[in-house]
Amino acid sequence: MPIIEIQHLIKRYGKLDVLHGIDLQMADAEFTVLVGPSGCGKSTTLRLIAGLETVTEGEIYIDGRPISHLEPKERDLAMVFQDYALYPHMNVAKNMSFALRLQKLPKKEINARVAEVAGILGLTEYLHRKPAELSGGQRQRVAMGRAMTRDSSTFLFDEPLSNLDAKLRTQMRAELALMRQRLQKNMIYVTHDQIEAMTLADRIVVMNAGRIEQQGSPEELFKHPANLFVAGFLGTPPMNFLNAQIAGQSDSLRLTGAGFEFHCNPMTSARLAGSPSSNIIIGVRPSDLVSDQSAPAGSSIELQVNVSEYVGAQSVLICECGGEKMMVEHKSDTPIALGEKLTFSLDLADAHFFDPRSGQAISGQTTT
Amino acid sequence: MNNASLNRATPYLFLAPALVIMAIALLYPLGYMVYGSFRDWDPSQTLQEASFVGLANYKTLWNDPNFHESLMVTLKFACSVVTVEMFIGVGLALLLDRKLRGMSLLRTLFILPMMIAPVVVGLIWRYMYHPSIGLFNRTSEGLGLGSVDWLGQHALLSVIIADIWQWTPFIFILSLAALQSLPRSAIEAAKIDGASGWQQIWHIKLPLMMPVLIVTGLLRLIDAFKVLEVILVMTEGGPGLSTEILALRISRTATEFRELGVAAAMSNYLLMLLLLLTVIMLTYNKISDLRAQRARRIAEEAI
Repeated sequence: MPIIEIQHLIKRYGKLDVLHGIDLQMADAEFTVLVGPSGCGKSTTLRLIAGLETVTEGEIYIDGRPISHLEPKERDLAMVFQDYALYPHMNVAKNMSFALRLQKLPKKEINARVAEVAGILGLTEYLHRKPAELSGGQRQRVAMGRAMTRDSSTFLFDEPLSNLDAKLRTQMRAELALMRQRLQKNMIYVTHDQIEAMTLADRIVVMNAGRIEQQGSPEELFKHPANLFVAGFLGTPPMNFLNAQIAGQSDSLRLTGAGFEFHCNPMTSARLAGSPSSNIIIGVRPSDLVSDQSAPAGSSIELQVNVSEYVGAQSVLICECGGEKMMVEHKSDTPIALGEKLTFSLDLADAHFFDPRSGQAISGQTTT
Repeated sequence: MNNASLNRATPYLFLAPALVIMAIALLYPLGYMVYGSFRDWDPSQTLQEASFVGLANYKTLWNDPNFHESLMVTLKFACSVVTVEMFIGVGLALLLDRKLRGMSLLRTLFILPMMIAPVVVGLIWRYMYHPSIGLFNRTSEGLGLGSVDWLGQHALLSVIIADIWQWTPFIFILSLAALQSLPRSAIEAAKIDGASGWQQIWHIKLPLMMPVLIVTGLLRLIDAFKVLEVILVMTEGGPGLSTEILALRISRTATEFRELGVAAAMSNYLLMLLLLLTVIMLTYNKISDLRAQRARRIAEEAI
């Protein structure tokens, strides 16, 4: 049974539509990540669930109960904010126990819960400090601790890691993963960072311009992006897109474009049969291009290497093909001269095909 | 002078002209007043002609029941206006800190009294308090409630009300500015944590506004101790000495009683009182600064 359900949620500021009708269902104890570029409406969706903004149209249900008319405090939620939102005048213990003190719980119980959570988060020796006396990572931990001391059914996270430096972010991401395993609660997490989304989520909801582009497990979205936006948004380095024309007989199609020609086997030809026109966009992950100087024409592409970025285990080559930029993940240690032309083989079974007009993936693709 | 010492002196050389002007404009009159307070000084004499009496003027005042009365009136006036103004000003700010249509117009209207010259405020209220033709008594008589002797029996209360009317806006705009600069997300976090409107005000907003409120209150208090024009126009200190605040008594002592030395001594008593308040305010600021510095240092060590 879906524990949180959003039905046709619309948010309007004056005449400006921020959300155009969001429909979402989240299963019990699921970690849902809303991801998308700035201004896509992901934070607004979260704030609507929290009750910090008013719903224009639509309804939000928790356990079948409509909640959009309720005050935040009646929704049984805990939230972690991007800028931590700690109470500057209270020490760590007071910050973490504020909600419990408002509920007038017995002092003993409050102290016990604060001590337990502080222990888990390694905050025990900082309980008497004010937020200003803590480092960024510690503040973030207090913000998480404040949410954890409450026994809420649902946790909301609004870009909780984006104010931290890269090293701390990786560390906190791991702690978050541990926290969710321990708590087994509904978690809704907003981020613009697709790596956070991929690593943490049970379900990723990719949003763009106030709409949901696609939702599903990280693997589903990575392997079968429903459209160009999702394909380009998930994955680093991002997917390459090549404009091509479909030519030839129906059982032995060819894909031609500026500087390349691919021959399709019957399986790929069958996939392409779903294309509404002969124009097509081929999506290729940088990791699916393999340097192979003896690769036969028809299943390879020749790229001019302009830049090579060494990142340790591999290099990212920024190449050019017929005036278009392509990125390749290159695992070999053989040195590459910049400006050199190299041949890369490509198995079309790994490629994604999109209709350039609608941006949608061409159906039949899911059979790969 | 070698190069290094010249370099050290440069900033002071640049500051010198400003310091000279400040000394003339600020310190000379102040010194003149302090110097005069030690003399038996009549307006017909120059200060040099006046005879030196040491602390006699201060002693006279120390034992003068009229001065005590005036000091009490000033204290009552200042403390009550600041207390009431703080309550109303902060309350209004908390009430009007929201986005509603016409709110900016409302805010502008609220701060209008502050823009009016004190003499004009005094005149407006004097006419409203007029025993027979004033707005208040005509209204209450019209309602059959009888009349009130506003500027007679209740003179101090009346001038207090007028001051509250004029200066509550000052507290209001500063509190509103303080409120609007509070971290929004902390208030949102409190909402999520289950705080009601009152609890948000009591546990989050007021404590966070406190530094601004303390300084605002002290500024208002310093100002209220120096009040003159409104009361001069409304009651001239009367009836009797019931509204004779210090500033009024000082000016009377100097002009009507022609005792410049005593007036100067009285000014110095007032000055000491105000200095005390200022020192409290600056100390408070200094302590807050030190606390913030300490917090930053601890935070840096934590990394």
